[in-house]
Formats: sequence, structure tokens, C-alpha cells
Amino acid sequence: MSVTTLPSRGVALRQPGWIARLLDYKPFLIVMCLAPAIGLLTVFLTYPLGLGVWLAFTDTTIGQRGIFIGLENFQYLLKDPLWWNAVFYSVFYTAIATIGKFALGFWLALLLNNHFPLKSLLRAIVLLPWIVPTVLSALAFWWIYDPQFSIISYLLVDVLHIRSTYIDFLGTPWPARFSLIAANIWRGIPFVAISLLAGLQTISPSLYEAAMLDGATAWQRFRYITLPMMMPILAIVMTFSIIFTFTDFQLVYAITRGGPVNSTHLLATLAFQRGIAGGELGEGAAIAVSMIPFLVFATLFSYFGLARRKWQQGEAND
Amino acid sequence: MTDVAAQPGNSNVASATPDTMAWDSRARRVTMIYLPLACFVLILLFPFYWMAITSFKPNAELLNYKEHNPFWISSPTLAHIKHLLFNTAYPTWLKTTMFVAIGSTFLSLFASTLAAYAIERLRFRGSPYVGLGIYLAYLVPPSILFIPLATVIVQFGLFDSPLALILVYPTFLVPFCTWLLIGYFKSIPYELEECALVDGATRLQILRRITLPLAVPGLISAGIFSFTLSWNEFIYALAFIQSGANKTVPVAILTELVTGDVYQWGALMAGSLLGSLPVALFYSLFVDYYVSSLTGAVKE
Repeated sequence: MSVTTLPSRGVALRQPGWIARLLDYKPFLIVMCLAPAIGLLTVFLTYPLGLGVWLAFTDTTIGQRGIFIGLENFQYLLKDPLWWNAVFYSVFYTAIATIGKFALGFWLALLLNNHFPLKSLLRAIVLLPWIVPTVLSALAFWWIYDPQFSIISYLLVDVLHIRSTYIDFLGTPWPARFSLIAANIWRGIPFVAISLLAGLQTISPSLYEAAMLDGATAWQRFRYITLPMMMPILAIVMTFSIIFTFTDFQLVYAITRGGPVNSTHLLATLAFQRGIAGGELGEGAAIAVSMIPFLVFATLFSYFGLARRKWQQGEAND
Repeated sequence: MTDVAAQPGNSNVASATPDTMAWDSRARRVTMIYLPLACFVLILLFPFYWMAITSFKPNAELLNYKEHNPFWISSPTLAHIKHLLFNTAYPTWLKTTMFVAIGSTFLSLFASTLAAYAIERLRFRGSPYVGLGIYLAYLVPPSILFIPLATVIVQFGLFDSPLALILVYPTFLVPFCTWLLIGYFKSIPYELEECALVDGATRLQILRRITLPLAVPGLISAGIFSFTLSWNEFIYALAFIQSGANKTVPVAILTELVTGDVYQWGALMAGSLLGSLPVALFYSLFVDYYVSSLTGAVKE
């Protein structure tokens, strides 16, 4: 058996069959390698993106093919106070949550950049809120915000005696809005802190030594060394953060579902309510498409607004 | 501060201990570093503590803060977990979630390894643009896509099937994994592949025998990251799955366990705790890979 197969294998090695030669032909190999990834992305990302834009101009509902109705969906949305409400809250939510996340996250990153015992353990703990499924931690927040059994109210009223009544976190519009923002900040801090910590660790200590020799204060060292050196990474992390905060869905859907009286609807939850739950696919798609201009603007703003510093410094700093 | 450092007395102290500043005393260190850090850790971990403690509390304690200290359990119970495991379809949801997460992880690892290899090592005209295109795909958020994707899934006849999720999750996993793996492939010396080429190895042999074994840390990072992201995914699973048995854990807890006006907080928190455990366990085993992949992807 082995006697007969061995020579033939030797021949096959010297003169590879057409399949082997085809697999070693570079253009074919490139196409083969790219096909799965590009195929998946085309079918389930590019095509739906285009389809979404098309649906926004139709009156499609679940179970019924729509016809082209031009800008009617958008005209309807512009007159819809709920849509304006969602736009307002999406922008407000993104702005406040991003400021909170980056202020606290940067602070945490600076703290973690010091030397102290159990540092790696602490870094691992800090990332935990980001690892755990958002919906599940959102449920924990829902329970923390419970009107009757909120642990925060208990602390404030029964332990610290600061307030006399329990806080109605989710029952009235403004407290509900800020409660959701707090939960979003809580979830976003780890990502920002760990990403920025990686950036902080790439800054050469010699820069700080030179500044200290020149008598720079801690604030001056932060302002003129840390901040400019962090700008490129800040720009990228902030772009990501803004995009995913603006299009957030899980937290709001899990905690308030847009209530009370539709005051906490983000554009994504409104799109879900109209498009999937309500069956008006065309209108839902129009709401989703209306997020795109905001996203493009936010991306350009955060990316170019912050990354410009990098060009000013020249290429050598990379 | 500048004035203080300029005084001769203080500069002596500073030169004696070059690593620490003169003001870097112990008390100052405690208030400036340890105290804020402790606050951060307390706030970041409290919801988990609250989740855990709620899931082991009997209902009587859960809803009575006057007689029981809410921060502690006086008589722990497994009733909520028992209810979850035997009276609900929780084990089925766990199985479905595991199946979806593992399936989509392998599919996206397969696709992104090949793509990253083609972009980084088979260098062709326009390969940077293909890489950039895949990266841009990561910036398209699922909230924009889920409505048209739902119609695509219906067209394919995959509505209400976990298979739909396995096929759809790679849209956000492949861009991430591809970029992570491009970074890893870059760190492998090209000379190794040249040697193999000279020795007569085919491209696919090189990929299988040389590049992949060297990129194992990258593959693990991409794999655990994909697993976590697909375990946590919510909006697609909510939109594409309708029947109770096919739901993933995050969706099922929210839509099947939240019933009526009286919330079963014990069972809800027990479900959240159990649903978080697999990723938390996974995370504790591979912490360094998580950190390196998170920071690596941002730096690219």
C-alpha cells in the first residue's frame, strides 16, 4: 500500500495538479480570500443600507410591498413632534453622555496610569461593565431606579436623611432622561478609560522629565504634553463613542422603552417602535435614515476637529 | 508649583528622590489617587453587586427595607435561580445564545482571517482601499440597518431562525476582526514567508503552516471578542426572532420574563446574573487578550 502511494505523491509534489496551480495563482487566491468577507458584508450590510434608503422613500408596511412616494415620509416626520422630540433627546443624550464619559474616563485613565499594587487586577475590574451584556446591566439599573425600592432613594432618604421623599427616577421626563444618561456614562467609562490608558502609555516619560526640569506644573504637563499627545487617539475613540451613543438602542429600550410620555425616545427606539413594532417599515426606515446626516456631521466634527492637531505636529509624532 | 520647585530647599528633596516629586507625599497620593480610584471601582461594580445580592434574596426581604438591611442578605435563597431553570425556558435560551455566538464567531474568524491575509500579505493594487472599505463598514451602526435587514431576512426565509443571527452578526464582527488580524499579520516578519516560498510551499500552505500558528494570539483575541459581542448583541436578535424558544438570553429576559405590572425582580436579576456569567468567566480567563485587542483595534 505504502509502496504504491509514495512515488505517486512524489510526482504530485513536483508537478502539482491544476487545482493546486490554480490555488497558487495570485489573482485567483486574492478573490478566493476576499470572497467570504466581502460577500457577507455586501449581502448583509451594503445591500441593506441601500435598501434602507430606498424603503425610506416608500410606504412599505409589514406584509405589503410599498410604492415610491418620494419625500412624503420625511415631510411627515418634519411635522411630527415626536420625531423632533427624539432628535432633541438623541443630541442631548449624546452630548451629555459623551462629555461625562470622556471627563470621567480620562480621569480614570490618568489614575490607572500611576504605579500601585494590584494594578492589572484593577484594570480587569474596570472593564467589567463594558463586557457584560448591556441589556442585563440595564435591567440592574432599572431595578436601581425603581420608584418604590430604589437603593439610591433609600440611601438618600433613610440613611443619609438628605431628602424626605423617594425620587421618581423613571416616572417623569427630565429625571428619566438624566437617569438614562447616567446609565450610559456608567457603561461607557471603561471603554474610554482603557483605550485612553493605552494612549497614555505610549507617551515617552522623557517628555515629562524634560518638562519637570523646566519647572512645569502638573497642570502644565497635562495641558501641554498629555493632551496634545493624546489628540489623535482621543479623536478616534470619540468618533466611535459618538456614533454608538447617538445610535444607542439597548439602554433606552430596556429601561424606559421611550416613556414616560415618549420623552426618552432616541431616534433608534422610535424607528423600532414605528418600523418593527408598528409595522410601518417605510416610516421606520425614514427615521433610521434621518440619523445618517447627524452621524456624518458628528464624525467629521470630532475626527477633523481633534485630529487637526496631528497635522500641525507633523508626521514625525506618529 | 513653579515657585516652590525653584526654592533651593525643595529642589534638594526632589533631587534626592528623582522618581517622585517633592509634593508626592503619602497623604497626597491617597487623596489624589487611591480615594478617587476607590470611588470609581465602587460605582462601576455596584450594579453587579446589587444584581447578585437581589438574585439570592427571598421576596420578603427584597421588598422590605424597613426590617432588613437592603445591602445584605439575612437568609439567602436559591428560589429565584430554581424558578428560572425549571419553570422558564432559560436553559433553551442559553443553548440558543451559545449556538449563535459560537457559530458567528467561527464564521467571522474564517472570513476575516482570509481577508486580512489577502489584504496584508498578498498585497495587490488597491488592497489598502479594500482594507479601508472594511473598516468603514464598522462605522455603520446596527440601528440604521435593522429595518431593511429584517426585510432581507424575510426574503431569505430565515425569519425567526437562529441561523439569521449567525449570518448577520459577522457584519459587525468581520470589520473588527479583520483590522485586528491585519495588525497581527503585520507583526510577523515577511522573511519567514519568503523562506517558505523559496522552499516551494504554496500560498495556502504558508498561511496554514507559518502565518496562522504565529498569529494565534491575534486569533484568540478576535475570537473571544467576537464571542462577547455576539453574546451581548440585542437589536438584531430582538427584531429577527419571534418565537420564545429561539430567543437569545438578553432578548428573552427582557421580553419573556418581564410580564405584567408586578416585576419579579429576584428572577430578573438572577437571569441577568446567569446571562452575564459566561462572558464574565470568559473574560476573567482572557483579560490580557481583551485589553490588547481593545487597545490594538483603537490604535490601528
